[in-house]
Amino acid sequence: MTSNAPLVAPDPEHCFHCGLPVPAGFDHRVAILGEDRPMCCHGCQAVAQAIVAGGLERFYEHRTAVSQRPEDLVPEQLRRLALYDQPRLQEGFVEVDELHLKTASLILEGITCAACVWLSERHVRTLPGVVEFHVNYSTHRARVRWDDSQVRLSDILKAIAAIGYVAHPYDPGRQDALYRKERQRALRRLAVAGLCSMQVMMLGWSLYAMDYDASDVEDMRTFLRWVSALLTVPVVFYSAQTFFVAAWRELRQGRLGMDVPVALAVILAFVASLWATATHGPDVYYDSVTMFAFFLLTGRYLEMGARHGAGQAAEALVRLLPATATRLRDGGEELVAVVELVPGDRVLIRPGETVPADGTVVDGRSSVDESLLTGESLPRARSVGDALVGGSTNVESPLEMRVEKVGDDTVVSAIVRLLDRAQAEKPRVALLADRVAGWFVGALLLVAIAVAVWWWPVDPTKAFYVTLSLLVVTCPCALSLATPVAVVAATGSLTRLGLLTTRGHALETLARATHILFDKTGTLTRGELRLHRVRTLGTLTRERALALAAALEQRSEHPVGRVLVAAGADGLVATDVIATPGEGVEGVVEGCRYRVGKPEYVAALSGAAADLGEDPAATRVVLGSELGLIATFVLRDELRPDAKATLQRLRWLGLEVELLSGDAEGAVAHVARELEVSTWRGGVSPAQKLERVRALQAQGAVVAMVGDGVNDAPVLAGANVSVAMGSGTQLAHASADMVILSERLENLATGVAAARKTRGIIRENLLWALLYNLLAVPLAAAGWITPWMASIGMSASSLVVVLNALRLKRIQQ
Amino acid sequence: MSILYMLIPIAVLLIAGAIWFFVWSVRSGQFEDLEGPAHRILMDDDDPLIPPEARVPRQRPDEPGP
Repeated sequence: MTSNAPLVAPDPEHCFHCGLPVPAGFDHRVAILGEDRPMCCHGCQAVAQAIVAGGLERFYEHRTAVSQRPEDLVPEQLRRLALYDQPRLQEGFVEVDELHLKTASLILEGITCAACVWLSERHVRTLPGVVEFHVNYSTHRARVRWDDSQVRLSDILKAIAAIGYVAHPYDPGRQDALYRKERQRALRRLAVAGLCSMQVMMLGWSLYAMDYDASDVEDMRTFLRWVSALLTVPVVFYSAQTFFVAAWRELRQGRLGMDVPVALAVILAFVASLWATATHGPDVYYDSVTMFAFFLLTGRYLEMGARHGAGQAAEALVRLLPATATRLRDGGEELVAVVELVPGDRVLIRPGETVPADGTVVDGRSSVDESLLTGESLPRARSVGDALVGGSTNVESPLEMRVEKVGDDTVVSAIVRLLDRAQAEKPRVALLADRVAGWFVGALLLVAIAVAVWWWPVDPTKAFYVTLSLLVVTCPCALSLATPVAVVAATGSLTRLGLLTTRGHALETLARATHILFDKTGTLTRGELRLHRVRTLGTLTRERALALAAALEQRSEHPVGRVLVAAGADGLVATDVIATPGEGVEGVVEGCRYRVGKPEYVAALSGAAADLGEDPAATRVVLGSELGLIATFVLRDELRPDAKATLQRLRWLGLEVELLSGDAEGAVAHVARELEVSTWRGGVSPAQKLERVRALQAQGAVVAMVGDGVNDAPVLAGANVSVAMGSGTQLAHASADMVILSERLENLATGVAAARKTRGIIRENLLWALLYNLLAVPLAAAGWITPWMASIGMSASSLVVVLNALRLKRIQQ
Repeated sequence: MSILYMLIPIAVLLIAGAIWFFVWSVRSGQFEDLEGPAHRILMDDDDPLIPPEARVPRQRPDEPGP
């Protein structure tokens, strides 16, 4: 493993740590595994050096994916970490075990492969005073126990930051503990049922064999039956308890659900078996009872796993809010925990910081990046009187905000609540199956009574066994397992691929979809600007122009500025820099005054307007000096690399693809042309989008909408099924039925294919259940099926259904 | 045949033991992370037996041999 496995090492021109391209002129190398490796930034360099210095170089041999580029930790942020040492703040998430021993839960960001777990565990455990540090690879959560007299929590967080990960302390809360308890209880029930059913089946085999053996084995038969009864007791009274509770709840609500016949069958079969055992009757059904419970519990466990996985995704949203804020009081600044903020407080939000709560700007002017909340990729200008949403990021200059809503009242909390509610919903297929099962159960009970009444005058001893075999043979396990297992298996494999299903009906509706509508921004494009073209207008070279622009934009947090800095930084320094939000930047480089920004803004200095040509899909920035224009930079939001292939696959699956965007007509036309989409409309308002969806639906179409922005929310809700990009707005998630978490658009086509396959399998299963029951019920009612045949038939039937549904676990990209 | 009267109760006891072990493993959190341990075992956590300063430096392929 160590020496023979190929190194996950990017090309020589790319950063050895994070795999991003090394900017020209940045030549910092770190000796790793006997060679000097290139680094792309000071952050990666520091992290790599810390890893090497800690003797953990082998991380680079073990890892199976490149690391994430570390955030540059500025002293300010390190100072912030120290705030986590305050006892008042720790109250929220730290348990104190003994005198100095404390335990906290952390969410780790930047875990890309199993080697990251190894690295962080090894690194943190070397700190004196850390008693335990354990990372859960499945959930990216960590538990840390430390001796408070030897090491402080902030030191641990700093140590994690030093190797390139970000740790957020979080309050595991009641939800987590509840999930844990529920999972453990389900596992115990499953284990008891599984182990006991194996034993009972083994004994059952002997019992069946004895039916054909003429020798006198009556004593042994009775003995084996009592042992089976003993082994069935824990299954009935412990494992199957959950069915009894659910059945009782259904009966109290006055409906016949899936759990009623399950509970009835278990009780009847168990009691009848006990009766037969005590009276040396002909048949026992212990094997059927235990296996039935085991299969049903397996299905429930798989379903629960999918539900919990979805719940954890919601929890990640809570991380949007920072833990600390700068409160202004009596003319001074103080760092406080966000939980301590109350409405009316004034807080200072520096550039690069996250808005801690909902409020209104009282001083300052800046632009705010709300992309996490709204999917809007460009920052929006905010000045005095404008509302700020907690979770967004301040981009340009300091803002002073009056806090208006905190805690549960904030927008972010509302989103989390919406998500919770969505996930608590029962899938529509399951609801339908429940309703069908209700009728089925009602009919079954009536038939059973009729059969008992019919057989009683014919042969009283046979009447009970015929009735029971009817109940057992028609156990609606095929019905009750058919849909949940298929839905859960499909949801599980899609989640693994990065397509999260948040509503039960999503798969079912996606399978029926006839039209798929795209919102251009952020769904078909990357949602981030890239430098597309540089046109020089004067005598300066391309490189020189880029370097000048980068120098001017050095301090800028605006996305356009960041792109220019990334493209051209080479050590030039601009002085007297003045930024005009929304316009551009002015500064002096080597004695000459330059401006970079909007054409009109630069024209005011250079005295000449730039001819910008026609390309509405692009953002243009002009660089000019007092002597004239120097260059224009064209920045574009590129198409996702898999956009074209995905659309082709969707068309191949028979879906009508449409582009419906709020962007300018020309920009949409450009994208449509490149993606070969014939039906498209630009400059569409959210209301018009909804109108279009309604018009399609009126023609009988089933519409799937793919979007990402807040202005999509009504359209997403109006479409039959909606999909949001995980990179986009969290608000869209609230009304979206599915979320693409992996950034791979391809998953959309995979999702459609998987949804259709799921629908097919559910149909097969229901058809099988129907045929089986249609065949078995008359035979059993006629008394031609002995109870042992009934129990074998029932077990086989449910096995067929489960195995058929589990084929969905193999869904590939 | 009569040996079965002893063997089967023993089997039942073994099952009880198996259930107890399982419940213990669930309670001690072994089912919390089903992915991590599979990777963890592949990591070479053991420190090398030869201390670094006593090791003979490995030859670089581009250097001439002795």
